[in-house]
Amino acid sequence: MRHFLDSVARCRWALPALIAVGFAFVVACEYFPLLNDYSKIVLITVGINIILCSSLNLVNGYMGEFSVGHAGFMALGAYASALMTIKWLPASVFELPLGVLFGGTIAAAIGFLLALLSFKTRGDYLAIITLAFLMIVKSAIENINYVGGPRGMTPPVLTNLPWTFFWVVVTLWVIRNLIYSKFGRAITAIREDEIAANAMGVRIREAKILAFVTSSFFGGVAGALYAQVNFFIDPKSFDIVKSTEILVMVYLGGIASLGGSIIGAVIFTVLLQVLQPLGTWRMVILPLILVLLMLFRPRGIMGMRELTWFLPAGELFKRPKP
Amino acid sequence: MTFYLAQQTINALQLGSIYALIALGYSMVYGVLVMINFAHGDLFMLGAFACLLLAVLLPVHLPFVVILLLVMIVIGLLGAFIERVAYRPLRDAPRVSAIITALGCGLVIENTTLSLSPYPQFMPELFDSRTLSFGSLTVTTLQILIIGVALGLMLGLDFLIRRTSFGMAMRAISFDARTVPLMGIPVNRMISLTFFVGAGLGGAAGMLYGLAYPQISATMGVLIGWKAFIAAVIGGIGSIRGAVLGGFILGGVEVMAVAYLPSTYRDLISYSLLLAILVFKPYGLLGQPPNQKL
Repeated sequence: MRHFLDSVARCRWALPALIAVGFAFVVACEYFPLLNDYSKIVLITVGINIILCSSLNLVNGYMGEFSVGHAGFMALGAYASALMTIKWLPASVFELPLGVLFGGTIAAAIGFLLALLSFKTRGDYLAIITLAFLMIVKSAIENINYVGGPRGMTPPVLTNLPWTFFWVVVTLWVIRNLIYSKFGRAITAIREDEIAANAMGVRIREAKILAFVTSSFFGGVAGALYAQVNFFIDPKSFDIVKSTEILVMVYLGGIASLGGSIIGAVIFTVLLQVLQPLGTWRMVILPLILVLLMLFRPRGIMGMRELTWFLPAGELFKRPKP
Repeated sequence: MTFYLAQQTINALQLGSIYALIALGYSMVYGVLVMINFAHGDLFMLGAFACLLLAVLLPVHLPFVVILLLVMIVIGLLGAFIERVAYRPLRDAPRVSAIITALGCGLVIENTTLSLSPYPQFMPELFDSRTLSFGSLTVTTLQILIIGVALGLMLGLDFLIRRTSFGMAMRAISFDARTVPLMGIPVNRMISLTFFVGAGLGGAAGMLYGLAYPQISATMGVLIGWKAFIAAVIGGIGSIRGAVLGGFILGGVEVMAVAYLPSTYRDLISYSLLLAILVFKPYGLLGQPPNQKL
């Protein structure tokens, strides 16, 4: 059995096959009544959370900074795409893909500015800058009447399972390839020791910009998908509580691990749904689980480890035998 | 116009002194452990609720000072308890684990309170406040009391840190945590004491906040707590006097923003101020840049 699992884990065809089967399944769900609407919404939420979690993991896990502003990028993406689908390009065939791309681009542009700020400060102070960024985005949206101010907006429901699945795959694919590229090594080097990396000739600024822009782009994508599934967005849905939720998922799953991000997002979302009867007590139980996990396993479920499928072939043999 | 400004200045002093009291707790913990205690805002919120329980549930009518002391002791003990149970085992773990644990503890406290009391509560008046007027300037005795108690606590803390052996030990730990145990200072006890004092101040701030703005809810810990954290950062986190300075600056900016601009701009302005200060003074007004070594 163990031998079988091992060979599945090392089979290079397993992951593409899984993606193909998954894609066929979600497309089939659109045309045949395989799942009820509730399960579809839960699956879409899981997908959005995987995108959020893995993109935040790029900055918080692989680069070792502590960003608490991810909900701000989500808000930018959500509002940009909602503007696209409500006001600028209503009833066009391309509105969802265009809206999502536009949302991601706007978020990435602001993420670039945040990266510039990260040159001067790091650690706790950068965390505070991201916090200030989040709060500024939220109260700026509240004060712009064109986007509804505190009343929010009601974008059409466009997000469906195949599109969510598509973006999850794109996110994981891009981030995974980024991490195992030359730039990814630079990003990890910053986490290990910024000064030493700089002395070794790593281009710190380039790596930081790349990490922040990629992370905020996918944060915006997740926000855009979120806006088109919920039927209603307002500035309050993107406050520090939302950021905290994403942080909980990332650290539950484990830092610097895409597999961990998937596991964290799935566990968090599903537990929230399963514990529904408990009402607000579920938000007592989930953080309690997180605290206990941190006490007994400070790196999270998959911290600093990776699913074998995500590792490039060259990395496989370096791994110590379990 | 000048009267209006003077009136707003008094309001700013009231809000600022509450921010400063909470910010002190963040700064003290950061000073000794180099860790952001994200549960502190929720301890502040519990201070208000503890005061409510003491004032409403107890059959006897306790005097103000006794309630204040009881709230400070209860919240202080809770702060020290959280440190003992949740933070101490993680002292050698990666720093981010401790921060996440603090975030988790804060969420547990907040949502437990929210589940037990889903609706905002109203704080009873602990003593009958009178209004004093000087010309067109009005000051309530409650405002004077709040500012006075807060200033008294800050002066007391300053004395504690600069003049007592506990304060000296605390400053020594934040200066060099590795050497201090070699000098025979019980580090664990000092850290517990720091959490006790910091959380106690936060509890007192919660009580004063409840008296000043009588509607208290479980979520105010997050809102006010993050604001106070920003105050601590503006002053330079880890610096005691910086926390007080930052608290008053933030209180002043918020009150003046509401006084002269539409009130929805308040958060926008206070956070933009924070961003501006951090861009030009990356370690706050009175903070020291950390030593970065290879």
